[in-house]
Amino acid sequence: MAVTVPVAVPIDVAPWRLSGVVYGTLLNHRSAVAALGAAVNAPPYQAPPRAPVLYVKPRNTLTPAGASVVIPAGVPEVEVGACLGLVIGRSACRVSEAQALEYLAGYLIVNDVSVPHLPYYRPSIRHKARDGFCPLGPRVTARAALADPDALTIRVHVDGELRQEASTAELVRPVARLLADVTEFMTLAPGDVLAVGAAAPAPRVRAGQRVSIEIDGLGVLTNTFAGAGS
Amino acid sequence: MMRARVAYAGALHGAEPAQLADGRSGVRLADGRVLAEEEVVWLPPFEAGTIIALGLNYAAHARELALQAQEEPLVFLKGPGALLGHRGTTRRPAGVKFMHYECELAVVIGRSARSVRRGEALQHVAGYCIANDYAIRDYLENWYRPNLRAKNRDGATVLGPWLVDAADVPDPGNLGLRTFVNGRLTQQGNTRDLISDVPALIEYLSSFMTLAAGDVILTGTPEGVSNVEAGDEVACEIDGLGRLLNTLVGDDAFGIA
Repeated sequence: MAVTVPVAVPIDVAPWRLSGVVYGTLLNHRSAVAALGAAVNAPPYQAPPRAPVLYVKPRNTLTPAGASVVIPAGVPEVEVGACLGLVIGRSACRVSEAQALEYLAGYLIVNDVSVPHLPYYRPSIRHKARDGFCPLGPRVTARAALADPDALTIRVHVDGELRQEASTAELVRPVARLLADVTEFMTLAPGDVLAVGAAAPAPRVRAGQRVSIEIDGLGVLTNTFAGAGS
Repeated sequence: MMRARVAYAGALHGAEPAQLADGRSGVRLADGRVLAEEEVVWLPPFEAGTIIALGLNYAAHARELALQAQEEPLVFLKGPGALLGHRGTTRRPAGVKFMHYECELAVVIGRSARSVRRGEALQHVAGYCIANDYAIRDYLENWYRPNLRAKNRDGATVLGPWLVDAADVPDPGNLGLRTFVNGRLTQQGNTRDLISDVPALIEYLSSFMTLAAGDVILTGTPEGVSNVEAGDEVACEIDGLGRLLNTLVGDDAFGIA
């Protein structure tokens, strides 16, 4: 019963392979928090999040650049969660913000696909854990190749049209801070991926559309979306 | 058949139950060595893929937490860093008020499952083990509940001691569960009281995600959770699956001031 990772992402920096463990971060882009407005203080939430809000993108969701993502029957549109993904290079437990970046092997692009859902109180994993709902790639870029992960422009094109432009400069917790706060309670292992959070509003796409996510220095992650019957 | 994975004398080994010459229980490594339980380091008994956990899957426990039944099973996912083997130690951070154990039946998938109907669901099960899935309620927030800081902490999901073949568990829907804290019975239940039973969970999950060999479903805990402190020994038992031990330790063991 060996663990298999159904996605091959080229990686030529340690740890040389992805573990298949991918975590996402909710509400870590200022635009995503702003989109909720005063609701963050109302029921069912009562207060803005204190610790990073994380979730797991399980291995059945992982799929490489170029793959077709199936939109489930009965779901008219899905959200494109265009994220910077951090690839862990060595075991990271209670790392300090000052040293956090040293624990990274590199970076890649993550498309955290979701069925649109609200509220964020206790959503069904059906919205984020569908087969193929986490394209990632196109390759892992070594940490040293990026001067500053907190100053990257992310562009989402749908069928060639620019639908979202955001920057990692607008993260609630910048990359090093996020790593410090996450590893305070859970160790990240070599090859794990932590997606740092998408901007809002997320572009929505339908079957038949083609999505390209471009991040400065990391290339372009392109996937097509298909209907369940196609 | 009951199988464990243990570390001993510089290597990982497959192991099965054995009795020592003096009558104590122990393990027999695949290479023939017979050792006492305490002589080996116990790992989770299988290499886990996706770790799926159920909240509030026993009616009485849902009432205990004053919650309404939901329209679909309350499922969340965990990462592999949370896993720990039998006889391990779990950190209880200083200053928290309510950290509790959760004794659960863990179902290990043996064969890929997609859109499986209830009647065929158990054919996709490799076996079962005991899980003790700790939670720290102090850290619970109202965003993507249960948030990982409360429910996905390093070493706070204990699995084992054995992976017991499905063939040796004829009815996973009628297994008694018990938790003892320092030898005192604190939690008791039976899988017959699951709101969503094992076949229902496999049918539900496989309706929207492909389950693969090694994926594990922690089916939820019955009523009777209570706070534990550093130094407490927690033993979880399930009929036919054995007894899973864990000890709580304080921050000092981890060099945290």
